Amino acid sequence: MKKTILFILFWSISSVIFSQEYFPKNDGVHQKNNNYTAFTNAKIYVTPTEFVENGTLLIQQHKIVAVGKNVKIPVNSIVVDLKGKYVYPSFIDMFTDFGMEKLQPQRNAFSSPQYDSKKDGYYWNDHIKTEYNAVESFKYDTKKAEEYLQSGFGVVGSHMHDGIARGTGLLVALNNFEPNNIRLLASKNTQHFGFSRSANSNQAYPFSLMGMMALLRQFHHDANWYKNGNATSKDISIEALLANQHLIQIFDAGDKFNSLRAAKIAKEFNLNYLIKGGGNEFESIKEIKNTNASFIIPVNFPDAFDVSDPFLANQLEFKDLKFWNQAPFNLKILSDNNINFALTTDGLKSIKSFKTNVSKAILAGFDKVKALEALTTVPANLLGKSNEIGSLKPGYYANFVITSDEIFEEKSIIYENWVQGKKYVVNNFDIQDIRGSYQLNLNNELYTLKLDGDLTKPKAEVLKDSVKINSSATYLNDWLTILLTNNDKSTYTRLTGLVSSSDLLSGDAVLANGIKVSWSAKKVEDFKEKVTQKTEVSSPVMFPVSYPNTAFGNASSLKSETVIIKNATVWTNEESGIVTNTDVLIKNGKIAQIGKNINDATARIIDGSGKHLTPGIIDEHSHIATSFGINEGGHNSSAEVSIQDIINSEDINIYRNLAGGVTISQILHGSSNPIGGQSAILKLKWGLSPDELLYPNQPKFIKFALGENVKQSNFRSSNPTRFPQSRMGVEQVYNDYFQRAKEYDLAWKKYNSLSPKDKAKTKTPRYDVELKTIAEILNKERFITCHSYVQSEIAMMMNIAEKFDFSVRIFTHILEGYKVADYMKSHGAGASSFSDWWAYKYEVKDAIPHNGAILHNQGVVVAFNSDDAEMSRRLNQEAAKAVKYGGVSEEEALKFVTLNPAKLLKIDDKVGSIKVGKDADLVLWNEHPLSIYAKPLKTMIEGIVYYDIERDEQLRISQDKERNELINLMLQEKNKGNNTQAPQRRQQVLYHCDTMEEYFDVNHNH
Amino acid sequence: MKAYKYITTIILLFLVTTSSFSQQKPGLKQSKSVLILNATAHIGNGKVIENSAIGFKDGKLTLVADARVIRLAANAFDTVINAQGKHVYPGFISPNSTLGLVEIDAVNASDDMVEIGNLNPHIRSIIAYNAESQVVESIRPNGILIAQITPRGGRISGTSSIVQLDAWTWKDALIKEDDGIHINWPRTFSRGGFRSENRNLEPNKDYSKQLEELNSFFDNAKTYLKDKQSEKNVVFDAMNGLFDGKKTLYVHADEEKALIDAIHFYKNQKVTKLVIVGGYDAYKITDLLVKNNVSVLLKRVHELPVLANHDVDLPYKAAKLLTDKGVLVGLENSGDMERMNTRNLPFYAGTTAAYGLSKEQALSLITLNTAKILGIDTFCGSLEEGKDATLFISEGDALDMRTNLLTAAFIQGRKVSLETHQTELFKRFSEKYKNQ
Repeated sequence: MKKTILFILFWSISSVIFSQEYFPKNDGVHQKNNNYTAFTNAKIYVTPTEFVENGTLLIQQHKIVAVGKNVKIPVNSIVVDLKGKYVYPSFIDMFTDFGMEKLQPQRNAFSSPQYDSKKDGYYWNDHIKTEYNAVESFKYDTKKAEEYLQSGFGVVGSHMHDGIARGTGLLVALNNFEPNNIRLLASKNTQHFGFSRSANSNQAYPFSLMGMMALLRQFHHDANWYKNGNATSKDISIEALLANQHLIQIFDAGDKFNSLRAAKIAKEFNLNYLIKGGGNEFESIKEIKNTNASFIIPVNFPDAFDVSDPFLANQLEFKDLKFWNQAPFNLKILSDNNINFALTTDGLKSIKSFKTNVSKAILAGFDKVKALEALTTVPANLLGKSNEIGSLKPGYYANFVITSDEIFEEKSIIYENWVQGKKYVVNNFDIQDIRGSYQLNLNNELYTLKLDGDLTKPKAEVLKDSVKINSSATYLNDWLTILLTNNDKSTYTRLTGLVSSSDLLSGDAVLANGIKVSWSAKKVEDFKEKVTQKTEVSSPVMFPVSYPNTAFGNASSLKSETVIIKNATVWTNEESGIVTNTDVLIKNGKIAQIGKNINDATARIIDGSGKHLTPGIIDEHSHIATSFGINEGGHNSSAEVSIQDIINSEDINIYRNLAGGVTISQILHGSSNPIGGQSAILKLKWGLSPDELLYPNQPKFIKFALGENVKQSNFRSSNPTRFPQSRMGVEQVYNDYFQRAKEYDLAWKKYNSLSPKDKAKTKTPRYDVELKTIAEILNKERFITCHSYVQSEIAMMMNIAEKFDFSVRIFTHILEGYKVADYMKSHGAGASSFSDWWAYKYEVKDAIPHNGAILHNQGVVVAFNSDDAEMSRRLNQEAAKAVKYGGVSEEEALKFVTLNPAKLLKIDDKVGSIKVGKDADLVLWNEHPLSIYAKPLKTMIEGIVYYDIERDEQLRISQDKERNELINLMLQEKNKGNNTQAPQRRQQVLYHCDTMEEYFDVNHNH
Repeated sequence: MKAYKYITTIILLFLVTTSSFSQQKPGLKQSKSVLILNATAHIGNGKVIENSAIGFKDGKLTLVADARVIRLAANAFDTVINAQGKHVYPGFISPNSTLGLVEIDAVNASDDMVEIGNLNPHIRSIIAYNAESQVVESIRPNGILIAQITPRGGRISGTSSIVQLDAWTWKDALIKEDDGIHINWPRTFSRGGFRSENRNLEPNKDYSKQLEELNSFFDNAKTYLKDKQSEKNVVFDAMNGLFDGKKTLYVHADEEKALIDAIHFYKNQKVTKLVIVGGYDAYKITDLLVKNNVSVLLKRVHELPVLANHDVDLPYKAAKLLTDKGVLVGLENSGDMERMNTRNLPFYAGTTAAYGLSKEQALSLITLNTAKILGIDTFCGSLEEGKDATLFISEGDALDMRTNLLTAAFIQGRKVSLETHQTELFKRFSEKYKNQ
């Protein structure tokens, strides 16, 4: 820094106001200390980018009065000489639960689920806690504060990490010496949200991530409606949300994809979330940047795994090994992408490791100045407190640390951390360096004494005629004590001495027999910093990020190309049927030409002779590629939730499905309730982001379910509390919801038709995502995929649809469809069935593998689906079973997994057959595609080969190579004596319709 | 159904008698000799006879030959089935099966698969085997005619027995009683505490303890068996046979370390025969398996790899990896919906052929290899003279669902119904629409 900051010497003393000033005082006299403290000769970082060499920092009471090179030091100043030392603004951590009580989960696994809220006067869901204010239960924790202080923190933001809307947070200075009146910088500074249920409540809804997102949306809709005076009742939670909307809004996402999810909600409601990330942002940096949000980023890099047992090490996932190497680069990558972020200690097992980890990130290329900014000026700005904290300017709080070296240097010691002008000593800086070699004279015998190790905690080694004597030393407040133990551990000698000069130590010793003698030790050699092999700490090398950054990720994004597949047997699914020796030209992601001897000079030629080309397989019923639960069974209708919110584009089953020829999957809500959630139709574009997988302009679908799952038959609850518990009740759920949706729709239509003048006089109807979604069905804008098994319920569903004047688009599973095929045909429903599953529950005891054939013969559009991540990669074989059981022709059978599901999903205008102009979603097989011996050689979506059997081979080799290198690095890490963690084996949750997974905590997942 | 065109009157008669809507009746004891002519015979041992003559009398195969080189008297067999263009196979064998122990998964009352307790060698599957199960009959039409009925659960889940799938009672069904004892080997990884936030598995801290428990149990059982005491211990008694070749020890394990430990255990405990069931990692220790004569009943082929970074096709090609190194391999299919999925066993074998094995090698995985592993190869598992006439005729390659279409099946020479609860429903509702 060139410019010295001139200070305002006329800092008015009277402007320093203590909140205590107006307090009565009964334990003594009122007193005020107007003395100054001047820190001189230090290198002072006023901000991360401005520093003063040999500067002076002048403080009085809680604040900084002046800083600069030529600060005039008032007479009533205590002067502290900081020659050779450094002064930095104390750090700020915006995201802690400092002083918050730890909530004990109340859950009882054996009690019946609780469906309703237990609070009165608040929002209908207990996991919404906007009315909660952290300050009301805040208990300043001096011990915990010391941990923060020792790591350089001076101010923390704190809130209760509990619930989906978590209420407000406070901002507190870590001033261990004065009361909250002084310490609290803001009692309500932030409003918090997150993806976790409240530990205080057993209310069942929402227990999935998508349910949480839906709840947040509905809550905001309700708040807007309430704000405009449409409600006739009072709601304390909504009022709190509205009252706190001017505060800083912090969202605890804890993971890159969850950050994108939070950003999506923010965008929809025009909110400005400051997002707490997960440390894996670098894996989706483009999308993270596009959120334009600011972030709070943890530095909880994983320890290396202990891979010394190869059997255990073999069970580690490649992506976890790689993440260990890559995690420290996250901050550099965020910073290189100009993303604004602050750092947090959140997620660290011990705050002590904070500085170590930031140093790791710096070693990985993160700029030191940026690091300092992310701990001072950036959080101060984000908190709206940039004129109070984060810099060392006059008028700011006197929050600063004094260090021995540049703060992120490995050897740097934090001496003192001053907060609000109060000194907290971390390491005494007048400490004398007593390390070195001495000649010890004790009781007229000569010994060699070596003191080395930490400056503040030296280790002693005592030798007598080069024989080691057991010894230990402590060094505190200038007192050195050494304990000598003889070899049979029966006699002890205790040495003590007050150190005045490190050249000659002396004091008294108490011998084993109790006699006191004096000792002295003369320094014969100075301490030399041990020059370890790592004279030059080499910067780590980052393993390349792949797309996705998991097993079988691609090194770079794949490109669309012009391709001719020559001489293949082409299953067109069109009138021309199966044509042999045919060429197919693919251009711009579309099928451009089909015929013989096609030429295009720009095209890459793929030899298709002896091979079969089919349309990509479409799985109408899948649950792959999802995060944190596909069932929101907390209500008997969850039409408001959407699978599109929880797509996980990194699920390995996407790749495995591609390897089985699947190009499109409809990802469905589960079957835990009669009205499930909204579907997502995906193109399995491995390596792209969740949103990029969504089928463009997709038709809207929703999952319904009938039978045993929705009536909770296999729950074995003795005291069921959720309606319905019988098929009779299921009908009435629909009757009720359709009727209400119809009325809802009418109310809005009526309102929307009013003139602006009349509108102003009329109350706006409440916006209800659930009823709106169901009304879309009635308006034929959304279509039902209905999980169903037995004929009675299938008939009931069609019956009720007819009553409300629409038809059920798809019955999925539909294992007794063959019993009512005629009715389905006349109703206009399609069937998406299993080929041969049965006998897994009572309602499928009459399921037969000929189901597809009978339905097909009756003119129903039939598809075969998987509902299973394993079977989905063999759907061609399932289609073959329609030939085996019931004698469907092979050409028609293949349509069961290609064109027919496309028709059912209303996407057959673009996919499902090989026709000029349609998307080039194609599979090249080595064999007849319905044969058990067939395997895909290439699977292509929109002209891009996402799976290639030869590339797969290459990926295996490079992956094994990287794995081996990573394991070697981890072994080195262990040999260096660094922390390691025990290997873990990941358990992938594989979802089926009836998988009920409760969403716990994403912070442990990357 | 042109498939029936060549078939003799016996079969037609049989069809007539079984058209009612109920459990199929078991076939009658073979009274007339049968000759199947001109089919492609897949022997089960790797060999194929293109134009075969397969004859059987009184339940036993009396002729397995090339039809072009043998001479037969016109009346040598009572019934001749011309199977030109068709294929004949030995009946497929499903080991480590729970057929007949559960009827409907979600109906608790129909479930007899697991007993409480941890060390249960005395628990015998056979007496709970429901010979009249509708699931069992639905398996036969795809060629599976023999199964090893195995209990589940616990460290030692119990004792299995081997049955043929066409019987009135479990007693009729038996072809080998109490053939082996099954251990679920301790796992090297286990789940953290109840409701642990960590969904991942952690190294199993109790692994050594669990191993010690097994060793101690075996030591005690052996000591007891040395000197049969007047006061009986039914649990130790059940261990009889493991050390003298009468019973096989089946160890259900997947992880490499567990597999190695199991082999050491078997050597140290002087068990006479060890079979690994599952064996996901077995391909990593093929030398050890071969050296110790340990065979593998490989877990379901149609499964996902355990880890994301495992080869996408690892479960498909594992049989090839083991077979190439000389390990004797059979296929089992325990797992989700294992009973009803048993009918897909031929296609699991087909998949191993798509991923490296020859079709005849793949066939052995569900016929002769399994018979050898179960110790029943002296009388079944292949089409060889003197063995049981347990076989079937298929329109085409029975390992491929495209062509697996049975026209006739025989168990010990008895003609087996290929009708099922499901074909009855198929007919019933096909008729409904035909008459509309």
